[in-house]
Amino acid sequence: MARIRRNAELGLILLGSVIVVGAYVLASLGQNASIPVDLGPFLAAELGLILFAHIATRRLAPSADGILLPLAVLLNGIGYVFIARLAGERSVPSDLPGLQATWFALGMAAYVGTLLVIRRIRVLDQYRYTVGLIGLALLFLPLVPGVGRTINGAKIWISLGPINLQPGEFAKLALAVFFASYLVDKRELLRMATYRLGPLWLPEPKHFFPILVAWAGSVVVMVSERDLGSSLLYFALFVVLLWIATERVAYLVVGVGLFAVGAFAAWRFFDHVQQRVDIWLDPWADPLDEGFQIVEAQYALAEGGLTGTGIGLGDPARIPVVENDFIFAAIGEEMGLLGSTAIIVSYLLFVGTGLRIALRAVDPIAKLLAVGLTTIIGLQAFIIIGGVIRVVPLTGITLPYVSYGGSSLLANYVLLALLIRISDESAQRGRIDADAAGVVGSTAP
Amino acid sequence: MNRQIARLGVGFLVLYTLLFVQLNRVQVFQAEELREDVGNSRSVVREFGQRRGSISTADGVVVAESIEVDDADFERQRVYPHGELYAHLTGHYSFNVGATGLERSYDDQLAGTAFEQEFSSLGDLFLDRDTTADLTLTVRDDVQQAARDALGQRKGSVVVLDPRSGAVLAAYSWPSYDPNPVSGLDPQASNEEWDRLVSDPANPVLERWHRELFFPGSTFKVVTASAALESGSATLAEPSFPSVTSYTPPLTNVPISNFGGSSCGGPLLDMLRQSCNTAFAKLAAEHVGPGPMVERAEAFGFNSVPPIDLPATVASVFPTDYGAPLETIDSFYGLPPATTPDGQPVPDEDLVFLYEDTPALARSAIGQLDVKSTPLQMALVAAAVANEGLIENPHVVGEIRDRDAQIIGGGPTGLWRQAMSPSTAAQMREAMLAVVAGGTATRLAVPGFEVGGKTGTAQLGREVEATHAWIIGFGGPPDEEPTVAIAVIIEADEAVGQQTGGSAAAPVAQQVLAAALAPPPVPE
Repeated sequence: MARIRRNAELGLILLGSVIVVGAYVLASLGQNASIPVDLGPFLAAELGLILFAHIATRRLAPSADGILLPLAVLLNGIGYVFIARLAGERSVPSDLPGLQATWFALGMAAYVGTLLVIRRIRVLDQYRYTVGLIGLALLFLPLVPGVGRTINGAKIWISLGPINLQPGEFAKLALAVFFASYLVDKRELLRMATYRLGPLWLPEPKHFFPILVAWAGSVVVMVSERDLGSSLLYFALFVVLLWIATERVAYLVVGVGLFAVGAFAAWRFFDHVQQRVDIWLDPWADPLDEGFQIVEAQYALAEGGLTGTGIGLGDPARIPVVENDFIFAAIGEEMGLLGSTAIIVSYLLFVGTGLRIALRAVDPIAKLLAVGLTTIIGLQAFIIIGGVIRVVPLTGITLPYVSYGGSSLLANYVLLALLIRISDESAQRGRIDADAAGVVGSTAP
Repeated sequence: MNRQIARLGVGFLVLYTLLFVQLNRVQVFQAEELREDVGNSRSVVREFGQRRGSISTADGVVVAESIEVDDADFERQRVYPHGELYAHLTGHYSFNVGATGLERSYDDQLAGTAFEQEFSSLGDLFLDRDTTADLTLTVRDDVQQAARDALGQRKGSVVVLDPRSGAVLAAYSWPSYDPNPVSGLDPQASNEEWDRLVSDPANPVLERWHRELFFPGSTFKVVTASAALESGSATLAEPSFPSVTSYTPPLTNVPISNFGGSSCGGPLLDMLRQSCNTAFAKLAAEHVGPGPMVERAEAFGFNSVPPIDLPATVASVFPTDYGAPLETIDSFYGLPPATTPDGQPVPDEDLVFLYEDTPALARSAIGQLDVKSTPLQMALVAAAVANEGLIENPHVVGEIRDRDAQIIGGGPTGLWRQAMSPSTAAQMREAMLAVVAGGTATRLAVPGFEVGGKTGTAQLGREVEATHAWIIGFGGPPDEEPTVAIAVIIEADEAVGQQTGGSAAAPVAQQVLAAALAPPPVPE
């Protein structure tokens, strides 16, 4: 069983690498009509790093799911190809590919390191409050004078010497861990339904206190750091976990209600929120200034059409910050609807696999954590893709594994490792159970 | 918890389905609309930077070409190696302010987007072939340079064409402009240059040679004389007009006088040689009449846009409405009604009537009042006389060649107008040769060639001293068909004051004509 999964993983990794290397060559052909000179080193480094992660998985989590790692490195590889292809064009810095490659290597190391350090997911439960506090600290670190940095209007950065980091990317992991273990611990209390309102069984009003705290926290994040996307992500994460842990849909309903109130108030009282909504509804009202980025993104996607212009043959660098929040528009322009749909399907596969891991997990904390981690990736991708193609108002947030960004890559590879750990753990336990069942079964007539 | 997890999965499926639906809308269903959105500069930027054919003169001088540049937006830039010299032919090709001149009228061929260029064979549907084409002009660089050198820094135009084909050999106007800065890739610099050009009172971007109207003055007498000959009102020898210093047409007391207050008259041949205003005014008003005058002016191309292969050419103007007929000229002067040799009354249609606006006709006949002409139109008048009365389609593009150097087209050719009968044309030719041999246009003569011409000095008004100096003419080897027709105008200049066609325009035309009559240099 374990060997089958690992061999499938290897096969998928190789397949993904063929796609990434092919795209890399095409990008170079499209731009300079030549095979990239660094193709050999690129291929060696790419495959080497992934195989390192793969072999580590064979050793450290042999029974884990075999789809997630190939999916993550495929998305990462496609993202790298586009970052390399965009580098140096117009306002895109030309040193991005080197940096992103370094972050990829560090990401692989973080993945392996996490698997090495966290051998059992229960370990995290012991440090529940420590992790929770670390998460909160990371979340509000950018607000500390002297450390925090404001980049592109969002106060979500800290400076460590020459490196700028987004601690929020790690905070979401810590918070997911904390929420999972806290909610599993308290769920019996929280799910106690004492009275009924229409079709809803409601718990005691005092049990709504935690959800209010989470709501207040995310409002603070939104107001103080001007980070709408992360604020939405944290709150949604908490509500989803609360609902699943307690199996009470009332929490979901109340959460959505609170979100609606918060969103309306934010729209009403904050100019930058109102502006985002106005741009979302009609970016053409101010196409040269406020709406420029989103309008150019629509043009880019339209330019791509069904099959795309071809990698390296479009002009996606016209979109400001295309290498980060808007990389999806670049993919849509040059790979067309076929390529952009492939990206969406990749995330859907990731979400499906993550939720399947959650379903199979026996330990409720592991189960809930798997849901949380999966929700982070699935929701984050939805928020930013939806923002780029105008399904929801645009909120600045990275496209997991694809966008340029060190903190984001590192955090998402740690996240991946946690999911792999949960998957391995439940498969191991499942095998023990199956062995037991097998003994019984063999004795049956 | 598992039931909720399954529901969460369904929730994600719904969210991602929304993304997929919206992606289809943006990338497929609304894509066409978005691509053509007015704010979408992608397609124009792409098109602007694409390959584009070159423009060269008949003798192989490149006057416009696209060179590859290192620019974030554009792959190529349009350059004009000879700047001002050809600006009023090539025009400019600017991202900000659009294209003018040949860049505009031959845009499809230069860009390779003309249907027959894109799909010359079935296989082209699948190939990304370079379909751009190059233009070879009929214009000769040596003649064009001669025009510039002869005109110098004087406001004016020179138009030279081959009367046998309508091929333009040179077309130059001053003031001109350098099309390079406007066609530059920096949008701001390009816009500023354009603003500067269009706010310049001298209007250097105006192609005066085919887009500005001037009083043609006495050069128009060629049309009036042709009308007289063609309608049978006169021959070169009769009637002979009395020698007078001024003539007052019927129904007015504003007299028409001769240039410099001189006295002149005689038959048509002498009238042309001396450019006699009084006699021509009387000839048109009392012998030819409005009908034949309008008919002849329009036969020469007035009131129509010449079908030249350049955008925004303007039509020259000859007024067509002279009011109601009042009475016959004979009756006005109290003479008995004219009779035919056998004593019958002459039918109305053969009589010359007096019209309400006959005084205007008298002035129009000498190229004043409401008659206005482009230099191109006056060159076509000269060409008609030179080419047995026929005006060929004027054109500046000779050949369009694709990347394989195959000729795939050319400028518009063929007959445009029959201005007059061959016999009238032959008489007019005689007369115009006489004007050069012993009249006002003696300075047009080119040794070794047969040259005819007609000068013009157009007054801008009674109080204005300055005059337009005109000349039109033709030339060719002795006893052969003329090979070159020309029109030159040197525009009125307050600083210069009065300048005559014979003294100011004729030397310019002579220099250019001599260059055009010389055998063309062999292309390299």
